[in-house]
Amino acid sequence: MEYVSPEGLRLDGRRPMEMRQIRAEIGAVSKADGSAIFEMGNTKVIAAVYGPREVQNRSQISNHALVRCEYSMANFSTGDRMRKSKGDRRSTEISLVIRQTMEAAILTHLLPRSQIDIYVQVLQADGGTRSACINAATLALADAGIPMRDLVTSCSAGYLNSTSLLDLNYVEDSAGGPDVTLGILPKLDKVTLLQMDSKLPIDILETVMQLAIEGCKAIANYIREILLENTKQLEYRRGV
Amino acid sequence: MLHNKSFVKKTRAGKVMKQVREHYLRDDIYCGAPFCTVCDTSGARLNASPSTTILVVDTNVVLNQIDLLENQAFDNIVVLSIVLEEVKNKNMAVYNRIRALCSNSTKKFYVFSNEYHRDTYVKEMSGETKNDRNDRAIRVATQWYQNHLGGAVKVLLITNDRENKRKASEEGIFAETVESYVKSLDQPDLLDLLVRPASEDVNMEEVEDLRPSKRKVIYSEHKPMSEITSGLHRGIYHQGKLRVNRYNPFEAYVGRESIGDEIVIYGRSNMNRAFDGDVVAVELLPQDQWQEVSSLSIAGEEDENEDEDVHLAPNSADVAPRTIPQQGSSGQVNAVPNRPSGRIVGIIKRNWHSYCGSLEPMPMPAGSGGIAHALFVSKDRRIPKLRIQTRQLENLLDKRIIVAVDSWDRQSRYPSGHYVRTIGEIGDRDTESEVVLIENDINTRPFSSQVLACLPPLPWLVSSEDLSNPIRQDLRHLLVFSVDPPGCKDIDDALHCHALPNGNFEVGVHIADVTNFVHPGTPLDDEASQRGTSVYLVERRIDMLPKPLTEDICSLRSDVERLAFSVIWEMTPEADIISTRYTKSVIKSSAALSYVEAQARMDDSRLRDPITTDLRNMNSLAKKMRLRRIERGALTLASAEVKFQIDTETHDPLDIGMYQIREANQMVEEFMLAANVSVAEQILKSFSLCSLLRRHPTPTREMLEPLLQTAAAVGLHLDVSSSKALADSLDHAVGDDPYFNKLIRILATRCMSQAVYFCSGDLSPPEYHHYGLAAPLYTHFTSPIRRYADVIVHRLLAASLGISKLPSVFQDRLQLSSIADNLNYRHRNGQYAGRASVELHTLIYFRKRPTDTEARIVKIRSNGFFVFVPKYGIEGPIYLTKSGKGNGEWYVDEQQQKIKRMDGSLSYSVLQTVQIHMEVVEPQPNRPKLQLTLI
Repeated sequence: MEYVSPEGLRLDGRRPMEMRQIRAEIGAVSKADGSAIFEMGNTKVIAAVYGPREVQNRSQISNHALVRCEYSMANFSTGDRMRKSKGDRRSTEISLVIRQTMEAAILTHLLPRSQIDIYVQVLQADGGTRSACINAATLALADAGIPMRDLVTSCSAGYLNSTSLLDLNYVEDSAGGPDVTLGILPKLDKVTLLQMDSKLPIDILETVMQLAIEGCKAIANYIREILLENTKQLEYRRGV
Repeated sequence: MLHNKSFVKKTRAGKVMKQVREHYLRDDIYCGAPFCTVCDTSGARLNASPSTTILVVDTNVVLNQIDLLENQAFDNIVVLSIVLEEVKNKNMAVYNRIRALCSNSTKKFYVFSNEYHRDTYVKEMSGETKNDRNDRAIRVATQWYQNHLGGAVKVLLITNDRENKRKASEEGIFAETVESYVKSLDQPDLLDLLVRPASEDVNMEEVEDLRPSKRKVIYSEHKPMSEITSGLHRGIYHQGKLRVNRYNPFEAYVGRESIGDEIVIYGRSNMNRAFDGDVVAVELLPQDQWQEVSSLSIAGEEDENEDEDVHLAPNSADVAPRTIPQQGSSGQVNAVPNRPSGRIVGIIKRNWHSYCGSLEPMPMPAGSGGIAHALFVSKDRRIPKLRIQTRQLENLLDKRIIVAVDSWDRQSRYPSGHYVRTIGEIGDRDTESEVVLIENDINTRPFSSQVLACLPPLPWLVSSEDLSNPIRQDLRHLLVFSVDPPGCKDIDDALHCHALPNGNFEVGVHIADVTNFVHPGTPLDDEASQRGTSVYLVERRIDMLPKPLTEDICSLRSDVERLAFSVIWEMTPEADIISTRYTKSVIKSSAALSYVEAQARMDDSRLRDPITTDLRNMNSLAKKMRLRRIERGALTLASAEVKFQIDTETHDPLDIGMYQIREANQMVEEFMLAANVSVAEQILKSFSLCSLLRRHPTPTREMLEPLLQTAAAVGLHLDVSSSKALADSLDHAVGDDPYFNKLIRILATRCMSQAVYFCSGDLSPPEYHHYGLAAPLYTHFTSPIRRYADVIVHRLLAASLGISKLPSVFQDRLQLSSIADNLNYRHRNGQYAGRASVELHTLIYFRKRPTDTEARIVKIRSNGFFVFVPKYGIEGPIYLTKSGKGNGEWYVDEQQQKIKRMDGSLSYSVLQTVQIHMEVVEPQPNRPKLQLTLI
């Protein structure tokens, strides 16, 4: 199938190096300590962070903060309304991936004997849910005021029709081609997550990864803007 | 950049689901006119002068008039992305052609992505059909062009849809039909290219009932698609690709998956307007209507009934005329035929394209404004005659022309088509050769500049870099030589052999290192992959790779250093392989011998020079290898290849004779086989899922039936239970005359199907078997200059040795399978073309030389028999009765394969020798054919 036309347009009208429209909102769940909604095109996820709080299971107490993560998909998130069991392989895997990615950014040693819970739920799925979840979680963690080394941002990139494509949507994702999901600490220039489906020659992987890094950085800029604006509002509300 | 969501409902597996897709609308899509002041003109393709009209074409114009669009007169055209999308959904072949036009740098076709442009995107309105919406999108885009470029430029919408044209005029857009536009161009030739709209629309059934039909309905109606689908579902109809018998256009086959057998379709009315290659739905006829046909061709079918032509003796089942295995031969003459026959009820997918041929001779019509209706006869006998309209009849009558099919409605006996272009005069050798090439879809265009840019600069020499490259072994000290047919310029294999101190031999096969020059993903590689193989005609060669590579850089000529890919074995004097080693190398061939020279050297016992000694050693090894192969059950088959001697000046054939096979040929062949087998093992070991191998399917008993029948008739028992058994019984088939064995082998060969390339991941290992060679694994490695399969295998081998990386194509199994399919297709076409070329030259040869010769009867039919002429490798019918007349005089004995005169005075049996006379006759002007008669 033709995913990129000879005119250089993808099926949804984007060019290969273009991301979908992104939108973020802080404070979607007032009960939580920190929360955010993150949208990448039609992919929409919500994240809520509880903590740092007391460790529930006493046996897990350590001198580092315990980070837990739960990923789930809303029943209405895809076209066919199916009851999604909570502990299926896919969501367990993604929960783990998100937990590890976030753990790398959180300064856990500053929060001994405490636990941080991150809940992410996909409200609408259209490819790239993993990345969207990580971005939402970053915002929610920042909103909760949890100390972090840097923001973690994530973006995917793929390789179809001999072209590197940024931010695959569902149709491109289901093409079965290589799909690289990358998470970075943009200021530190460090990679915290790198996953890939299918195969890719090593030299092409580099260009695809480079593209994904650019994507992550663009998202980081946007997230920073949102955070800044949020802080300004808080400042204003406090009347400082 | 705006952002918008389009909502599409889609059914998948019966479920209705709402699908949401993002649809981004952009402001950076440009109009493509170089004189535009607003847009970015770097990608502009349209005509630079604003005075030329810009044409916008609609979907149906592209679908129906693609021949016209390809003409030089049509230019400066805007192709909208919505049009492309619709064309793609309707007809992939046309889509590829229009895409080719859009990327052709000499044509000014510009693709405007109207669907993604902020101002030209239209949203479906409620109650509007998809078609209406798309038509509106086309009008909106046209309007946008008009407004965008201002009044100075004329933008013209070309549409044949009356409604669309009316609406366009209402909206103030200039619109015209194709016909009126072509007329305004004032080039009468173009009108021949125009496809006239079918006189009746598809839904003529409704009209049919209302008026008394003036014209006779000849064909039954095609069932509507919904009925076909449900019929297929319930198993009443069977779906399959229609394959028309190459030698009898009134007989066709449909392989049906549901029963695993094939259905025969006899006659034009049962074939119901289907063409060869169409995907059709077939209904089985009741069993009492199943018929048995054993005459040379079915008599009494309209006036089209043609005689069989003399043709080249087939060398495999794929090119052989299809014969119906005669069953129930247990003495009952009227056994119930058990071959299911059927009739076509609907056509699921058309396989129409353009065909080569000529017009049926006809007198010039008087008056009628120069427009004449003529009948076109395709060179391919599987295609029915076509009705075309032309204004240049007198020019076309004695020409070979190309015609495309447009439609075929129920009332007309013949489909209608339109003229595309002229090739040249009938009977002219160059024209006929070109016809052969076009018929077999062989690309003869010169290589494009992009392809030639991939070649290394000439003169090319082995560089010091190549020599110092650690992957490349320096084998220049070895005594390497090549043995090829005389005059061979594309030498892709060379050999060496020297005795080791321990009594063993080191034997090396050195193959031109084509992949050193042809890198994956380059235009050169794409072109070669498309061409698939070099094609050898009698008088010319169509190369797969450009000439500098074929004849110089890659060719392992003598006394020059060349890069090679070598397979080197250590062999015992008993020809057992002790070790195998593969390496890239640099060699220097010391002699390029021909088969004759090599044979002469070996035979001349006085010669003691190193090359001759090596040759003799190799020959003795080869003989042992050959013997072992035959013991394993490899078949020694025979074919009746002929060789022409061509006049160097006129290129006319001077002499014709059987191709002689010498020991030297067999020796080279043996080592090539061994190299191929070794390489196949090596690549499969490393890449079990993506290797390209070659297999030869075991012939089914049904395929061998004609052979068994003939053998039984002459009292010979053949055991076909395995290839070994068959090989043995072929060895024992010795008759009283020396040619008997060869004849049986030739008959056996034509029962086999051809070997095919495949991707190892697509089949299970037992299916990899090569029946003819009795080898569990086989591939092609030894001719990378003239076969693309070998190029792929070279890459696989290099990757398995860690010399280079495996190109990304190999990770995509689907793509690899499609490459293998293309190679099989190209390979087969190349062979057809080669054979057709030989047939053509045979005809030219006999034109001036009526000959009497000896022939063998190979097949008995009810009104005559087929003879095979060993000397010229051709086969053709001899009629004992005039076709169409009663067959009462002759009586056919199926079991004995004999034809007797009723009074018993004369009888002919299969394999009998007869004396025949060969002569070229012209039953119709400009249609020469070879005729065989008994003396």
